[in-house]
Amino acid sequence: MSSLIKFKIDGKECMAEAGTFIVEAARQNSIYIPTLCNMPGLKPKGSCRICTVRINGRLMTSCTTPVADGMEIESGSLDIIELRKSIVELLFVSGNHFCPACEKSGNCELQALGYLYQMMVPRYPYDFPLRAVDASSPKIIKDQNRCILCKRCIKSIKDEDGKSFFAFRSRGNHLEVVLDQELAATMTDEQAELAMQNCPVGSILVKEKGFATPIGKRKFDKQPIGSDIHV
Amino acid sequence: MSKPIIATTSLAGCFGCHMSILDIDERILQLIELVEFNKSPIDDIKTFTKPVDIGIIEGGCCNSENVEVLKSFRKNCKILISLGECAIMGGLPALRNGIPVEECIHEAYIGGPTVQLNKDHILPNDDELPMLLDKVYPCHEIVKIDYFLPGCPPRADLIWDALVALITGDPLKLPYEVVKFD
Repeated sequence: MSSLIKFKIDGKECMAEAGTFIVEAARQNSIYIPTLCNMPGLKPKGSCRICTVRINGRLMTSCTTPVADGMEIESGSLDIIELRKSIVELLFVSGNHFCPACEKSGNCELQALGYLYQMMVPRYPYDFPLRAVDASSPKIIKDQNRCILCKRCIKSIKDEDGKSFFAFRSRGNHLEVVLDQELAATMTDEQAELAMQNCPVGSILVKEKGFATPIGKRKFDKQPIGSDIHV
Repeated sequence: MSKPIIATTSLAGCFGCHMSILDIDERILQLIELVEFNKSPIDDIKTFTKPVDIGIIEGGCCNSENVEVLKSFRKNCKILISLGECAIMGGLPALRNGIPVEECIHEAYIGGPTVQLNKDHILPNDDELPMLLDKVYPCHEIVKIDYFLPGCPPRADLIWDALVALITGDPLKLPYEVVKFD
């Protein structure tokens, strides 16, 4: 363990192995930095920016930046919290996130971040885009209204040959994550379940499985997101 | 000092938020000590009879009548609160946003599976009926709203704590469990 280095997050002395990404290094030191497009086990891409921290006066995505010796990281400052909150608000207005009617409500990471930052109303106007729901595959429903294009399903749900069940289609404002129809026919129950779990929002749902957990017992009903990490 | 005056209304909502106001249970006795109600379904006063301190809006704006009522609330109330998801973001009625009004009307009165009785294909066209808007609007996109209490419905404790904080001027505590979007 000779490669252990020291760094600080919000003034707290931390240690991790050199080369660890800041999000993971923070987690190892019981500090929660929110993530949406990133999840443990996947190669980070830093696209959602929710994990933004300040290092040497510059804003960086902590899921793609490795810790360095003596690094001083600012994560809990009011302006950074405000910036993260504005990202959550932008995600809420740019899709159709009807929490009261969503099967993932209470277990949704985007919603949980709304709770964490006490989003009472987004500061941006609602877009209400017209998006499709694809229920044509046997195991899952892909609801484009709720997709935040995090790419977690594309990167994590693959068949035995390593082919992704999901893929990006189109570009810019029309970009969407779609399900490969041929591959979808071969999807196992376990893969469907994992796809739903890995989706941070309610865009991937296993068919005939909505609202399984009662209100009050869902993941984020009583405990804020990150409270399993943060001490 | 006289009691603060409260008015409430339900626009494009389901009255669930009003139910949640009643869900403060026995604190309703304290509430009538604290405030006086004016225009509201709770006391059935239909029009504003005096200037109001706090207006509570349930539901978004889906038709011309909603807009008119909302504007009269803004005119007559010092403080306006958007109560619940429908007032804040349109809520379930806003599921029609993005679908042309004509298609919605057709589905409701002509093409839908439960409308066989409408043999003459009559569409609602009486002058007395409010006009549907092109989409359902959150209240703050029509008038200025001062406070927002999310939830479907907002928890009774959230409504109570917010009202008491507003009336007494004490800071509002927001425990994690009371701010929810469903």
